[in-house]
Amino acid sequence: MKLCAYIDGIGILGPGISDWTQAADLLSGRQPYAPAATVLPIPSMLPPAERRRTGRVVKLALAIASQATSSAGADPALMASVFASSGGDGHICHEICEALAQPAREVSPTRFSNSVHNVAAGYWSIATGSMAGSNALCAFDASFAAGLLEVLSLVAVDPRPALLVAYDSEYPQPLHAKRSIPDAFGVALVLAPRRGARSLAKIQGTLTDEPADSMADPQFEALRRAIPAARSLPLLSLLATDCRGRATLDYLDVARVAVQLEPCH
Amino acid sequence: MTPLLISAFTATSCLGRGVSPTLSSLLEQRSGLSRCEFETVKIDTYVGEVAGVDEQHLPAALRIFDCRNNRLAELALQQDGFLEAALACAARWGRARVGVFLGTSTAGMLQTELAYRARDPQSGALPESYEYATTQNTFSIADYMRRRCGVEGPAAVVSSACASSAKVFGSARRMIEAGIIDAAIVGGTDSLCLTTLYGFHSLQLSSSAPCRPFDVARDGISIGEAAAFALLERLPENPNANSVLLYGIGESSDAYHMSAPHPEGLGAKSAMQAALSAAALEPGDIDYINLHGTGTPSNDRSESQAVTSLFGPTTPCSSTKGATGHTLGAAGALEAVISALCIQHGLMPGGVHTSRIDPTLTAHYIKDNRFSSVKRVLSNSFGFGGTNCSLILGGAQ
Repeated sequence: MKLCAYIDGIGILGPGISDWTQAADLLSGRQPYAPAATVLPIPSMLPPAERRRTGRVVKLALAIASQATSSAGADPALMASVFASSGGDGHICHEICEALAQPAREVSPTRFSNSVHNVAAGYWSIATGSMAGSNALCAFDASFAAGLLEVLSLVAVDPRPALLVAYDSEYPQPLHAKRSIPDAFGVALVLAPRRGARSLAKIQGTLTDEPADSMADPQFEALRRAIPAARSLPLLSLLATDCRGRATLDYLDVARVAVQLEPCH
Repeated sequence: MTPLLISAFTATSCLGRGVSPTLSSLLEQRSGLSRCEFETVKIDTYVGEVAGVDEQHLPAALRIFDCRNNRLAELALQQDGFLEAALACAARWGRARVGVFLGTSTAGMLQTELAYRARDPQSGALPESYEYATTQNTFSIADYMRRRCGVEGPAAVVSSACASSAKVFGSARRMIEAGIIDAAIVGGTDSLCLTTLYGFHSLQLSSSAPCRPFDVARDGISIGEAAAFALLERLPENPNANSVLLYGIGESSDAYHMSAPHPEGLGAKSAMQAALSAAALEPGDIDYINLHGTGTPSNDRSESQAVTSLFGPTTPCSSTKGATGHTLGAAGALEAVISALCIQHGLMPGGVHTSRIDPTLTAHYIKDNRFSSVKRVLSNSFGFGGTNCSLILGGAQ
């Protein structure tokens, strides 16, 4: 059974990667990839009071989601969304656990409300005024493919454009030693049920038992393996070149997700 | 949407293990809430704690998943023949054609809280024995269940705060309708931990008394824990007359605030409206509404406005959280199971602990049990981040 949609917009941020135009140059080999600490923009789309409260995962998710929706020329207020991440805000998790290990156990109310896994989905809906349904998923290292399957089935069943936002960020120590995500990386895709003026590629997704593709470039391969959302890189490589061909994406121990792309231009 | 068969279901909460004590508690209007004596917590509040969770062992091959959340899941899985039904479902459809979609808000968070008390005094490192992926990580509950039930279809955890285990019905339904799978294990598990107990306390959202949804003196939630599961399958041509079906699901966002509901309940209304549309039903077709009804002043006011604006003031509704506590990421699934019991037994459960209904809340809140035909139930679950989900369950006829 194949799930089909059109990719209308892409957003991306990561180590040494600031947007899709630059990422496409790096992934296609037109420019050399030079990893550097991920720079997260201030989420100007939020009211100032909310802006101050946001942590790194929210900044990351909002930045890539707005890149993707603006490149698709789509109104985010009308789009259902899927947020997929292997963890919530690792810094907040650490701060809460640290506070709870002290005798006073003083948990900050703001930190607590921002500790939910769907924190980025909540702020996205506040920032865009979107009252459409929004889901927040986690599948550990399989989170990107889980999110992709969810959004492809969403577009197949409820034929309207939808947004996938897949992102991960680091834990500080001591949790970092147990879950060693090195930095922030995220990718967002706007998927539509029908081909539109801005459609870049047709994507068909299916489950497979083939092994996942790796990246030829060792630095991209290191990124793919280090951060769950970067398991998307084989798909992004196709999008960066001629939007044509097949890639197999890492998913569960018993299954992978194969994607087939065809260009729209 | 095409209705789906709920071919098996179970729930374990402070009301007891499995559907039998759950139903008898509802029939007796008995609450499972008790004064909080959980772990080392020193908060003046009531909780819905499940007895015997720590005595539950996991199968040896899955010992790496050991934490309170997965123990609670294992305990629940053994009730009502659910594990056997899940194994039979996988055999019937094929392992790869059965998905696992479960909700949780905190998964094995307690394990990390305990590890932070046992850090190495010099290096600050967490204990060697601490396992991140199979306890703390949100996915751990779905990973445990897929291994335990031997299914190999798509798997994910939905962690959309207190709407999580209602929204899993949506993920499963979409994948069944899109043809990726034929059946799914859905539900949710959330267990007591210090983060939620101290966190809700810091927001001044937990009550020092057992929660009193819709009461004029309501002053917050009582946190509970639960595991509730259902098997959702493609509808056979001739379902058993006693079967319970999922008829509709509606999802929305408030776009308003991270921890406060929309004051007029616009997001809640839109989720209920979407569920009715999906089920091709009118408001008058709903016999009983199982409210989100947490017992905070603002949540109940917002939900009452949303319900009244869509259903008017006569549709009977109540919250079962006075009995179970607010089981957070497990609440949607627990209340879906309660809704299924209401349909099978012709019960509209009166809300317990509520003595004087707030006269400013216009929804038709019932305090006493009613017995009559219950064909269609709408169940609401709303969460932090302004995420809303409404389910419509009903009998096969």
